[in-house]
Amino acid sequence: MLFRVLSKKEFRKFVGLLLADTEVIAPKQIGVSTDGKPIHQYLPVQAFGEIDLEYETTEYPAKTYFLPYRENLSICSFDEDDWTREIHYRLQPRVLLGLHACDINALLKLDKVLAGDRYPSPYYISRRRNTFIIGIDHDPCEGGFCQSVGADVVTHGFDLYLTDLGDRYFIAINSDRGFNALKLVAAKEPTKRDNNDYLKVRSRIASQFEPLEMHNLPNLLDIEFESDVWKRWSEKCMSCGSCSMVCPTCYCYGTTERISMNNEQGAKIKQLYSCNFLDFAAVAGGHNFRADRETRLKYRYYHQHRGFMEAYEEPLCVGCYRCGRACLAGINPPDIIRDLQTEHQE
Amino acid sequence: MTRLFYPYDITRESEMEQPLDFNRRSRLKHVDRAFKSEIINIIQLTDMEKLFQVRILDDADRARFSFLPGQFVMVEVPGYGEIPISISSSPSHRGYIELCIRRAGVVTSILHKAKRGAHVGLRGPFGTHFPIGKMQGNHILLIAGGLGLAPLRAPIFDVIENRSNFKEVHILYGTRQPSMLLFNYQYEEWNRIADINLQVIVEEGDASWTGPVGMITQLLDEVAIEPLETYAIICGPPVMFKFVCAHLQNEGIPMDRMFVSLERRMHCGMGKCCRCNIGSTYTCLSGPVFDYWTVMNLKEAI
Ligand SMILES: Cc1cc2nc3c(=O)[nH]c(=O)nc-3n(C[C@H](O)[C@H](O)[C@H](O)COP(=O)(O)OP(=O)(O)OC[C@H]3O[C@@H](n4cnc5c(N)ncnc54)[C@H](O)[C@@H]3O)c2cc1C
Ligand code: SF4
Ligand code: SF4
Ligand code: FES
Repeated sequence: MLFRVLSKKEFRKFVGLLLADTEVIAPKQIGVSTDGKPIHQYLPVQAFGEIDLEYETTEYPAKTYFLPYRENLSICSFDEDDWTREIHYRLQPRVLLGLHACDINALLKLDKVLAGDRYPSPYYISRRRNTFIIGIDHDPCEGGFCQSVGADVVTHGFDLYLTDLGDRYFIAINSDRGFNALKLVAAKEPTKRDNNDYLKVRSRIASQFEPLEMHNLPNLLDIEFESDVWKRWSEKCMSCGSCSMVCPTCYCYGTTERISMNNEQGAKIKQLYSCNFLDFAAVAGGHNFRADRETRLKYRYYHQHRGFMEAYEEPLCVGCYRCGRACLAGINPPDIIRDLQTEHQE
Repeated sequence: MTRLFYPYDITRESEMEQPLDFNRRSRLKHVDRAFKSEIINIIQLTDMEKLFQVRILDDADRARFSFLPGQFVMVEVPGYGEIPISISSSPSHRGYIELCIRRAGVVTSILHKAKRGAHVGLRGPFGTHFPIGKMQGNHILLIAGGLGLAPLRAPIFDVIENRSNFKEVHILYGTRQPSMLLFNYQYEEWNRIADINLQVIVEEGDASWTGPVGMITQLLDEVAIEPLETYAIICGPPVMFKFVCAHLQNEGIPMDRMFVSLERRMHCGMGKCCRCNIGSTYTCLSGPVFDYWTVMNLKEAI
């Protein structure tokens, strides 16, 4: 990896150049929660001042810029008995500034499913390649367990990655376009002191995580398949699907088709779905393969921590704790995993 | 100022310009394009089921399209929806494919209203197939219950067309009532082929029914099975194949020599929407055809 150091003043200039060139999405404060904490969201910004790189987390993940909640897959124009179809992929470049390690790891996991060898998705790839990603290091967010799922550091999946050294940023460069972009400002080769400061910040961050016991989780999930843990937690679940909507790695969806009022056009619409929704596995004729919420809740965890593990040797979950924060019933992965781990020790 | 970022246009990639071939699934990127196809004939089979003969319009796409018995296509009626349907015709038949569709909901109902000449979209073929090649030199049991005859027809044709590769061939079919029997115009033909044993049974007979009455497993009692030289393909609702497979297992047929086709809700056919998951197995990629041992090992499979 190549590294550079950029003063905060030069960084501000750099963001100015990006803003002049293309759309920039960055963490922006949109309000204050009832307990006084700022609420942030990844939104298009027009000026450097709107960006808050000190943000702790966001309610919604950045996945919407790659997997929109709603997207037209194709448009059909009807003409007498025939039709023609148009498909468009998003082409406009944009910059996504300020992603944390977990969220970049989430994109890497989505890449495996959506940009791998088996039926890669052109919709996703097009958005992914047209997005210039600048990540940033940060202290652990409340509830986050990214370190326990190996998602607290990233080595690829971004163009530039910043670590705040007080008066300057230490920058890891992971792409040729990132390297070229930095040429526009006075980025310096890191000195010995820069390297030392960077390593100190990294170990400060790493030492602050509370470990969550994940040992042997895939097998544990199999053994505890019929466990009361699922019954207990699912009694509270309202099948609202918020957990999947705010999850940076949940990618399940449904498609529906609509016809315009004048009957001239039809659209095939993709909408992100949740495996907690009642009709997720319902089929014609009234049968539902996952009729009870216990099964549905369980399978969200199964996919995250066992199915994905089986396919890619890593969990799908990146430990961002967004689902835990969003769930009105207080259902969250660390508590469920702890419950599963202790179920047999009583 | 020089521009920092240039749009990346995926449609310019060489893979995007290559012809559609879903069986060559690696690197294929224009996965949401469909073959525009014409319904060339509609054959009413029963009150609930129609057989659609569908031809891909583009000559080159049609020539390239090939499938294996047990695979399915995603059929799209633009403006209404897209559904998975098993291919019901012979894999060796290249001009058009046949789809046997039961009226069940939104998309299937609009298809039942469609007229000859209507255009639909086809994506596929998708999924695993019945490994007929592996079955050579063995006795073959082809067993269907109800609508299961639709997906079973492809392996039936395949086996009949390559009859000399197999020892005894039995086709066993059961439905609830005689009026529900699919493809009854074809039994005569299958029956007349020397060396094919076709048996049809219904659960409730009617005035005109002269055949046997009972459960499908009853037909199996009359078949002498050499368990280690037999392969079985079973298509039908889960309750049906569960009973049939249990019966065959009692006869000593190893579970990995029985093949079934599973159904789940599907929105993509490509391992992306997750709607077809059984546990964490994708029915559209690892299935719909599974051997029974695998099915027994899938949590929530039956
Ligand atoms: C691999 C496979 C092969 C199939 N082969 C056949 C066949 O040969 N003949 C036949 O008549 N039927 C077949 N089916 C079932 C057929 O797909 C459903 O009957 C059909 O999707 C119902 O759609 P609908 O819009 O009419 O019903 P609705 O109830 O209005 O369904 C709405 C949507 O739900 C989904 N859906 C509902 N039921 C099913 C289902 N059983 N399977 C998958 N998705 C579903 C579809 O996306 C559908 O568009 C097959 C299913 C699978 C999975
Ligand atoms: S776990 Fe919580 S957020 Fe998820 S569906 Fe249940 S109640 Fe909603
Ligand atoms: S499951 Fe929860 S903690 Fe894990 S990545 Fe998704 S939202 Fe974050
Ligand atoms: S049908 Fe979409 S994942 Fe299988």
